Amino acid sequence: MQVPVMADMAAQEKKPEYLFWVGCAGSYDARYQRVSRAFVKILNHVGVDYAVLGPEETCNGDPAKRAGNEFLFQMQAIQNIETMNMYEVKKIITACPHCFNTLKNEYPALGGNYEVIHHSTFLQELIDAGKVNLKGGGSFKGKKITFHDSCYLGRANGIYEAPRKVLEALDADLAEMKRCRTKGLCCGAGGAQMFKEAENGKKEINVERAEEALETGAKIIAAGCPFCMTMMTDGVKHFEKEEEVQVLDLAEMVAEDLE
Amino acid sequence: MIQSILFLLLLIAGFGFFGYQLKSIIQNIKLGRPEDRSDRPGERWKNMILVAFGQQKMFKRPIPALLHLAIYVAFIITQIELVEIIVDGISGSHRIFRPLLGGFYTFTISFIEILSVLAFVATLAFLIRRNLLKLPRFHMDEMTGWPKLDGNIILYLEIMLIIFIFMMNGGDEALYNMAKTHTVGAAGEAGSFGFSISKILGPALFGGMSEASLHIIERIGWWGHILVVFTFLNYLPISKHFHIMLAFPNTYFARLEPAGELTSPQNIQEEIKAIFDPSYQPAEDPNAPNRFGAKDVTDLSWKSLLDAYTCTECGRCSSVCPANLTGKKLSPRKVMMDTRDRMQEIQQFKLKPDDTGMMVPGNGVEGAEEAAKNTLLGEKYITEEELRACTTCNACVEACPVMINPVDIIVELRRYLVMEESSMPEEWASMSNNIENNGAPWAFPAADRFNWANEE
Repeated sequence: MQVPVMADMAAQEKKPEYLFWVGCAGSYDARYQRVSRAFVKILNHVGVDYAVLGPEETCNGDPAKRAGNEFLFQMQAIQNIETMNMYEVKKIITACPHCFNTLKNEYPALGGNYEVIHHSTFLQELIDAGKVNLKGGGSFKGKKITFHDSCYLGRANGIYEAPRKVLEALDADLAEMKRCRTKGLCCGAGGAQMFKEAENGKKEINVERAEEALETGAKIIAAGCPFCMTMMTDGVKHFEKEEEVQVLDLAEMVAEDLE
Repeated sequence: MIQSILFLLLLIAGFGFFGYQLKSIIQNIKLGRPEDRSDRPGERWKNMILVAFGQQKMFKRPIPALLHLAIYVAFIITQIELVEIIVDGISGSHRIFRPLLGGFYTFTISFIEILSVLAFVATLAFLIRRNLLKLPRFHMDEMTGWPKLDGNIILYLEIMLIIFIFMMNGGDEALYNMAKTHTVGAAGEAGSFGFSISKILGPALFGGMSEASLHIIERIGWWGHILVVFTFLNYLPISKHFHIMLAFPNTYFARLEPAGELTSPQNIQEEIKAIFDPSYQPAEDPNAPNRFGAKDVTDLSWKSLLDAYTCTECGRCSSVCPANLTGKKLSPRKVMMDTRDRMQEIQQFKLKPDDTGMMVPGNGVEGAEEAAKNTLLGEKYITEEELRACTTCNACVEACPVMINPVDIIVELRRYLVMEESSMPEEWASMSNNIENNGAPWAFPAADRFNWANEE
């Protein structure tokens, strides 16, 4: 797979328009690696001028900050800002709402000012601009799909419509959950919960959410966040529905239908 | 004459004690750390007008929003009548605005009466909902004892206010019918004020009573109403119901940044700069906090403390909190209540922070030694288990009708735990290690970061 890397581009004195920030999940999580590859497939297909940091990328610091380790967060942030400023990065696209939120909202206070775009917005813009044409009808046509709002995309940054527009473009039958948009229910993994066991309670949050998603009767649960992806997949498994119900990222769905 | 003097004394005592209580609360809010919330006045006014005046966020749940709106509008408009009651009380007149305003007076009082009936219905509905319907958010652990009673007391007071106003107006109507009213400019006339509700209610309830009885009813109504007003006014500062005043400044000073953005405390930035550049001279800030994060209310921003006083314990935050919904200990409402209770404790026992930020007891106050040992973060108030359960999803922030932010407090307390006490779940410790050593929260070597691109 052809993925341009910033260091190589710099060696050729090229400054790509976009940095694709892959994120830790997109780099290491076997499931989300597939999303990174799907997104790259789209970028390559459309001919977007981009590159990734590759080995030079490191955790943006979101889980550290939210767990309370502001020190570690700022160490990470300053390191990343130095790298990105060295390559004179102006625009960043990322498929992770946690990276998106941190780079967009929390890096400016530490000297990192970039235009940061979540891949759902980017995909919507490509579709609107007619740059992504989907195969006649598409494999998702008329399929019942429900979209799980990621807190860090939705409530944290007010992005509710872009992912839904992408699903509309796929001609899918969008079914909303009872708790959606501003009222969306967390998958349970934000605030660094992804990296520890949940506190004692009577239920797991992702089970509650998966139950709600399954109630819509959707065959596909669409997500736009690696944490949500993991949590919803586990939730679906909890109900032993993994044979019937898929959890897919928006980029995977678009990539599958590329003309 | 005696009535006027009595009233004047009551007025001075009522407002005087309210002023004193207000000052204590302002003092408590000033316990918090400075934070500049004076930027972008345009956006701030807009928030206040839409969210506080316009009740925008209440309307996420239309039925309680309409009931609440009835009480709210009645409360605002009734202030006109209150002005008249105060002028009448001081001057010993009765309905002094009536000759001045004429038909507009009748319209205003009629309008207030209709709103009062709506408010009465709404208050009864709220009492039923709070006590008979088993709404989960009114029956969480933190809603027993005083918080439960407090919620009801306000509703009882509202009922009393409305009953007294109709006693006064109704008694007056009956007297007017008998040509016995003592209203300015109408003495000796027989007729009706034409007030929308009491022109019917007055004769229906009190018609046929003697003049003396009617005078007593009218005076009980007048004095009853104003006494409840002063009681209400002075009850507010110790009650959750103080939101009727603080909702306005609280929405004005609310965060304008995207909800996902957490603060980057200056004292940590200074430390980090010094690590990256050993020659860096940290700014000498006399206000610099003693510690990283927050252990007690004095470490929080004044805005978090204003939030705590603004909280009316409605529980909309906790009812949408994913941790709370799934039975974990965290309740954002309790976080706000604990913050307020701790401020009250500091005031009650005259505690003062010393150089290290620890609370020391005031002289000679019984129980102060014990109170000084408490901190906001700890067994008495907010425990580690509660803090750990937060997903920072901002559902509580979104749900709050008056723009309170419990996440700010939770994150500050987490910061203290992690950075000062190194207290964190084992998994978080290894996550931090992994980030430090491998640049990822998982234990994968940094060199493998780009491997994803090699597979098809």
